[in-house]
Amino acid sequence: MGHLLANIDLTFLIASVVKIVFLTFLVILPMVAYSVYAERRFSAVIQDRVGPNRTGIPLTLFGFKKDIQILGIGGLTQPMADGIKFLLKEDFTPKSVNAFYYWLAPCLTMVPALMTCVVLPFGSELRLSDLNGLLSWVYGVIGMADLPVFSSVPVPSVIADLSVGPLYTFAIASLGVYGIVIAGWASNSKYPFLGGVRASAQMISYELSLGLSIIPVLMVFGELNLTKMSIYQDANGWLLLPLWGEGLSLARWVLWIPMGLSFCIFVVAMFAETNRLPFDMAECETELVAGYHTEYSSMKFALFFLGEYAAMIIGSGLAVTLFLGGWSIPFGPLIGLGYSAGDTPLWLGLLHIGVFLGKIVFFILFFILIRWTLPRFRFDQLMKLGWMVMFELALFNVVLTAFLMWLVPLK
Amino acid sequence: MATIFVKRPKLAWHESWFISTFAKGLKITLGHALKTFLEITGKKEKVTMEYPEQKWDENLPEYYRGAPALVTDEQDRERCVSCQLCEFICPPKAIRITPGEIPSDDPWAKVEKRPKEFDIDMTRCIYCGMCEEVCPEQAIYLRKDYAITGESRAELMHDKAKLYQIGGKRIGLVNKWNELK
Repeated sequence: MGHLLANIDLTFLIASVVKIVFLTFLVILPMVAYSVYAERRFSAVIQDRVGPNRTGIPLTLFGFKKDIQILGIGGLTQPMADGIKFLLKEDFTPKSVNAFYYWLAPCLTMVPALMTCVVLPFGSELRLSDLNGLLSWVYGVIGMADLPVFSSVPVPSVIADLSVGPLYTFAIASLGVYGIVIAGWASNSKYPFLGGVRASAQMISYELSLGLSIIPVLMVFGELNLTKMSIYQDANGWLLLPLWGEGLSLARWVLWIPMGLSFCIFVVAMFAETNRLPFDMAECETELVAGYHTEYSSMKFALFFLGEYAAMIIGSGLAVTLFLGGWSIPFGPLIGLGYSAGDTPLWLGLLHIGVFLGKIVFFILFFILIRWTLPRFRFDQLMKLGWMVMFELALFNVVLTAFLMWLVPLK
Repeated sequence: MATIFVKRPKLAWHESWFISTFAKGLKITLGHALKTFLEITGKKEKVTMEYPEQKWDENLPEYYRGAPALVTDEQDRERCVSCQLCEFICPPKAIRITPGEIPSDDPWAKVEKRPKEFDIDMTRCIYCGMCEEVCPEQAIYLRKDYAITGESRAELMHDKAKLYQIGGKRIGLVNKWNELK
């Protein structure tokens, strides 16, 4: 035991905990809350409405002229109000439910969605030793000059640098379906049950094309480590924007076609995986009341909601990392904003994190736009699309990529 | 015979594969989003108003049907003679009148009757204006007040005092009780 404890790298442990807290509680959860707000506002403007624009810190009571607004958009504290509402509502458990599974289901939806974020490289790396000047100044002020400073080894901006990144994500993300199925089953009511059954059928069908769609990508990278994929794309052009570095070679441009196809299949399958419209058969308000969470109220309902949006964010993160360069800045190496191992200044590392989050925000807005553009598929159409089109297309894409890579070898 | 066979439009491949149709849909939604966004942020003129802050009250038409109210005439006489026609015609039965006699020493003794109680239940009123239409004395009018709110049902039960307070004085038209003319 003592031997085990002695081998623990304390710096690594603390850095990981800080990163987990930062990513989950300071990035993903606020993003989830604000994507709900974004969904409401964006859907409102699409439908020529205004949307929730009232909730704000009442600064006018303290003599300010106006509440805080960005570009004239009010109601920015709506997510807080939503959260408080969810916490204060009655948490009602119907008598007919199977209480254990009824309580388990929301956790099973939320936890996998958050767990998948550990492998996402949300930035290049942070060279914290850049802060040492500031730190020693602070130490000088408080009169304790011999306190520790940051080492010059940069901290990678990823929680767990696994070499099986996408596989881990798929493995954990597909556990999310259990939450929905169990919710449907435990509710002991026909509409949630139908929703749960539909969700499981849909998820199993689309998992196939989701997994197959990234095989061509893995073939191109020859790699399953998301960090290395991002670094490669930063140096050699994004998979879908090969305009610098090795990206200007003929091979990469030939491969652009299967990569584009891969991206389309991946995005469609991701919509189905996260139960978003046009594939939200599990919820399907017009047919199933509210689907699998009909019997849920208060924070348990909110957990389903949060889980759905968290899955969306992680899915977008994966799509961005695989196809759109992750944290890399477009034309980064050409304009001096590229990554170089161990030699990336702190501000650039932070900028990379910002770029990654910006791309995710863009993707979420795309999700929302699609939701309010396309009507819902019928269930049989959905299954037909999944099994008869997407699956075959993804398989064909694997073969096509292999053929093209044999025809025009990379490097 | 009466059956009409609707010919389904033949879709081109790019339409049935959601390619051109998808682009069209995105154009519509994004167009609306952009237009409304510019309106919200004030870069473009709005077609709607933000209700509690901005109101359109001065533009309400003369015939606007808001809360019903009782009116007095130019001598401050209650116009209502409690004939109860409005009570009988009221579709949701929101009006309840208790008729009362005018004592003989009253200057308006010849009118004989006036309401002792006159209640309109505003939780039932549907603002149809039938009471106004049926009133032979032109004693009840629909005013322009539309935001009738209260914190209890009792507050929404408009009694006689409240109705006269909303209605106020109305001059003209019915002169049969007026000795001066």
